Order: sequence, then structure tokens, then C-alpha cells
Amino acid sequence: MEKFTRLTGVAAPLFRANIDTDAIIPSREMKRVSKEGLGEGMFADWRYSDVAARVENPDFVLNRQPYRKAPILMGGPNFGCGSSREHAVWALQDYGVRCVIAPSFGAIFQGNCVRNGILPLVLPEPSIVALVEQADPQILTIDLAAQTVRTPDGTELPFTIPPADKEMLLEGLDAIGVTLKRLPTIQSFEGAYRARHPWLFF
Amino acid sequence: MGRSLIEKLWERHRVADLGDGTDLLYIDRVLLHERTGSMALKGLKEQGRAVRHPDRAFVCMDHIVDTFPGRGDETTMPGGTAFIRETREAATEAGIRIFDIGDNRQGIVHVVSPEQGIALPGATLVCPDSHTCTQGGLGALAWGIGSTEAAHALATQTLVVKRPRTMRVWFDGALPAGVGAKDMILHLIASHGAGGGSGYAIEFAGPAVEALSVEARMTLCNMAVEFAAWTGLVAPDAKTIDWVKGRPFAPAGDLWEQAVADWQSLTSDADAVFDKEIRVDCADIAPTVTWGTSPQHAVPVTGQVPDPAGIADPVAAQAQRRALDYMGLAPGDSLIGLPIDGAFIGSCTNSRLSDLRAAAAILKGRKVAKGVRAICVPGSMQVKAAAEAEGLHLLFQEAGFEWRESGCSMCFFAGGEHFGKGERVVTSTNRNFENRQGPGTRSHLASPVTVAASAIAGHIADPRRLGEA
Ligand code: SF4
Repeated sequence: MEKFTRLTGVAAPLFRANIDTDAIIPSREMKRVSKEGLGEGMFADWRYSDVAARVENPDFVLNRQPYRKAPILMGGPNFGCGSSREHAVWALQDYGVRCVIAPSFGAIFQGNCVRNGILPLVLPEPSIVALVEQADPQILTIDLAAQTVRTPDGTELPFTIPPADKEMLLEGLDAIGVTLKRLPTIQSFEGAYRARHPWLFF
Repeated sequence: MGRSLIEKLWERHRVADLGDGTDLLYIDRVLLHERTGSMALKGLKEQGRAVRHPDRAFVCMDHIVDTFPGRGDETTMPGGTAFIRETREAATEAGIRIFDIGDNRQGIVHVVSPEQGIALPGATLVCPDSHTCTQGGLGALAWGIGSTEAAHALATQTLVVKRPRTMRVWFDGALPAGVGAKDMILHLIASHGAGGGSGYAIEFAGPAVEALSVEARMTLCNMAVEFAAWTGLVAPDAKTIDWVKGRPFAPAGDLWEQAVADWQSLTSDADAVFDKEIRVDCADIAPTVTWGTSPQHAVPVTGQVPDPAGIADPVAAQAQRRALDYMGLAPGDSLIGLPIDGAFIGSCTNSRLSDLRAAAAILKGRKVAKGVRAICVPGSMQVKAAAEAEGLHLLFQEAGFEWRESGCSMCFFAGGEHFGKGERVVTSTNRNFENRQGPGTRSHLASPVTVAASAIAGHIADPRRLGEA
């Protein structure tokens, strides 16, 4: 997995509440058993005025300069709610998004981000609104190790992140590999667990 | 201090404390479907990793399979066949059981897993699908994950999980006539917002929950995720145990006796403390219908579309305006009387036998209004067979409903079948998001009885006032 350490880039404002994973990647855009090429379908219903012909909607923020290919999105509360489809995160990743800033996230989406090298960054809603209003375009520098978001005028906003998520992102860890190191612990748990709950085993 | 059921289940599955409120949890069951499970299996294979306990993993073909009679691997969804075949191949290779097209046990994963006795009280169960919380209705700790996490669960039989906060939602009193579990959960989400359960595992409890059938409890838990909860559950009781007994993958003989003894202990202690408690007086709940594009945009069927001008939060007000625009509605519009183009009964929320019975009772001797396309998709082939054995299919068909093979069908739009742009549909499903049921389709979530009553009336209707204008 690609590591996330520091990132400086344009932050595109997409400040709507409850942006769900169906909106991030509509079902019909998940065409193959593959992660590749999903970026084209990202936000398809908002991004294209004619989805089938891929005619761009000029009003959509990511179709305007300098927001095209913005590596940072600034969203509203409950970002990534809805379906568990990891394709939403793969689509963002394929498009080039590395960080989503929002007041809160859908739980499954948040976990999927961390497992794919995208930083789900929580800031209070007023801070995000201020960032959006302060500059157009807003350019942000995100330092994961220091847990700060910096604006060009030097203002620093601290953020919190669960330590395990931070480590996974900073190190670009393979979660299965990390857990398999604990296989002996899992096996000894399993033995005792099976003795207590034999009906759960076939 | 007493412990809640959620804490008890958590502790019995804890393999290791990883610090910072995160644990490694043991996973009893992994379920997959062709849409997202294919990616999990493919990921594992690419990494050269094996499935640790294939006997405790199961695949359902449900999301993109056609629901027309005589269906095969070909789908109306472009490219769907590849998902089906690749999933079948990968699962077969990994030694995982498949409830495939043509199998009389096929159906929507969250309907099949309890029905087959795969989901059990007290068990942990995951699936790369957000409505996995449905199985909480049996007292399982069940939650939706992503495909990468599903690969983790398959390879290690564990998951790294952050401890959720606990919430109890206490449904007090008794439900009025014509009101069911779907109305309870829509009412809750409308009252506390679609983000109201964020970060919580929820125990649904109280006299009204105890009075619900096991299937209705699944409806209740199904939409915990629309409340942004990590999951929801109901403590198992005698009804649950009765319901599970004799199911194909449920324990039998001595193991059954041992299991029952354990399940009877699965309750929250009387002095358990929850991080948050919500009380709902069931006397206040009416048949509830959504008007907008979030499940929180719900009002009693007798109500009106609210005015965003009255909302202080600018983000919520903007969301409401967008929703009004999408739904083609204006503030103050009455829900009753809104003409509909479609009626859909199906999905993991409301497609079990009890749902079909309730809808059929309304349809009996009546006809779907002209111009309304009405479809019923049983949640599983077992549900379909049971319904047909009682003759319910005849009631649906005589009323003018299409009667389909089981699957997710038009609960979501995968590029195949849909209701059409601007069409207004009353639906027993769980998501009314923009374009969820098709590009531009306007979805109104409601209970199966409200859907049936509306199909007859040709407009959104109150199931308590059948036959009135
Ligand atoms: S019926 Fe609908 S909500 Fe349920 S699993 Fe299928 S697509 Fe998802």
C-alpha cells in the first residue's frame, strides 16, 4: 500500500451532507471485477451532464480549474455513508485523491480509506467551512506525522486520528501480514473458544 | 457495574487488545456476494494467501443476478456475467460453499444467512455489504466491511476493530395498528438524523421490540446502518431460539442444547450502562414514508413535505433543497395523494415471508391502479417457495404484481433494469439516495403494507385507510 506522510495540494470543496458511496461511484460504473479505471466513474452522476457520453457538467467543481485532479476533497458530515462498496475508495484513489477532509465519515468508508492509503481527516464543520471560504483555491499542506493541516498563510489546524490508522497510513502496512504475525495467538484463542462454543464449528 | 450484551459479545470474541481502544476480534462467519466478494477473493489470490476456514465462509449470488424466470448467468446489467463467473470460480477454488443461481437456497445474502442457520445468536458475522447488520435481529454481532477487510477476515478469521460506543434504543409501549418495524426505524432516523447512530453499536430493546417477530427485528436492525450505526442488535429470546431451531446449518442434538443454554444468557445486565440511551414512545409512530433523498427525510404518511426555510443548519437546509428538486416536490405538498409510477416489494429490509403475507393481505381481492408498475421480489428462493405454498403468489399476480425470482433486483441500479427517470416509486427497500433505483428515479421508502396500499390507490396511501380516496 502507498504510504501517506505529507501532502500539499489543491483542496476541492464538495461541501454537501451525507455524500454516499452510491454518489461517489454509482453502481453501474462498477463494471469489472477490478479496481482499475474506476476514477472515470467517480461522481459520475454529478460530474457528467450526459453520463453515457461522458459529457462534462461544467458546474461540477472537479470539472473546473484548478480543481481538476485535486488530491484533497473537503466534504460535509457523514461523508461516504451508505453502501460498503470499497469501489468508492478505489475510484477516489484512481482519480488521484489522497485525502478527504470532513466533519465525520461513514464508518465502513473510513476504514476502507485507511486500508487503501487515503487519509480520512476529521475537522470540525466550522473549520472546514472557514477553509472553504478563506481562499479560492485553497491549498493545504497535510502532515500526518505532526497531525496538522496548514494553510499558505501559516495557520495550523491540529487533527486527531486513531493511532493504529495513523501507523497503517504512515508505514503503508499490509494489514493481513501484520495480523498473520499473531497467528499463534489466534490459534490458541481459537482452541479455547472452540471448547466453549463448539456449536459454532462445523 | 453490569455489562451490556454488546460488551459481552465483544469480550468473548476478543483475541487480543491492540491498544487505543482497538481489538483483534474473532470472526465466526464470513459471507460474500458476487459484487464485492469477488474482489476480496481476487485480492487474496493475488497475494497468494489462502482462506483459513473455508467451511465457515459462504457465497450468495444476489446483487446482479437477473430476477426474471428462467434466468442464467447472463444479466441485464452490462458485464454482470463476469462478476458471477469469476466469483463462482474463485469460491470453488477456495472451497467455499455457494448458493448459486438455480439452487433452491439462493437469495439475498442477509435473508439467506439467517434462513440457513448460518447467522446464529451471539456469533460474529461479517460481509462486504453494509446491510450485514440485519443479522443483529437474531442477536448476532454482525457488521458490514469493505472488500479488503473481507480478505483479512478470510485469511485470518479475525478483524482489527475499534470498540464502538454503546447505545440502547428503547421502544416503549405498543405499536398502533398498521405500524411495523420499518416505520419504527424510519421514525427513529427521522427524529435523530441519518448520522444519529454514528460510532455506536445499538441494542434495540423495550416492550415493542420484544413484541416483534424475529423477522421484523431483522427489518429493524437492517436499517441501523442508515442511522450511521456500526451495527444494531436485539437480544435473543425464546422466539429467536424457536426460529433458529432446525435450520440447515444450525447446531443439532447435544450441540443444540449447549447452544440454547448459552443463548439464554445473552442479555444486557439490568444495571448495564450505555454511552447513550434514546427512548421512543411507540404510540407516536405512524406509517412513515420518506419524501426526500436521505432516510432521515421521513414523515408520517399523513404529513407534508417540510420547508427547508425552517431549518437552522445551512448544510441540512441545502440538502433538503436539493432533495426537493430531485424529488420534484415543494414544501407543504401532502404525501397522501402523490401519484406513483412504480411499487416495489423486496430487498433485505422487507422481503421475508411475514412481509409478503402482510402485503398480500392488503392486495387480496384488489387491483393495482392503472399505470403503476408493481413488482414483488421474494428475498430468497426459500421465501418464494414458502409463499407459493400458501398461495401468496396468486394474490400478488391477480392484483397485477410481477412475481420474480429472488435477488437484490431493483433495490439498487446496477446498469440493468430500472424504473426510469423521474418515475415515482414507493418501495420497501432501505435507500432513497439519488439515482439509487435508477438514474433520476424518485424513491419513497415505506413498509410493505404502505407499498401495497399505495400500489392499489395509484398514489401514496395510508395502509390504515384502505379503500378510502
Ligand atoms: S437488497 Fe438492496 S440493500 Fe439489501 S443487500 Fe441487496 S442491494 Fe443491498
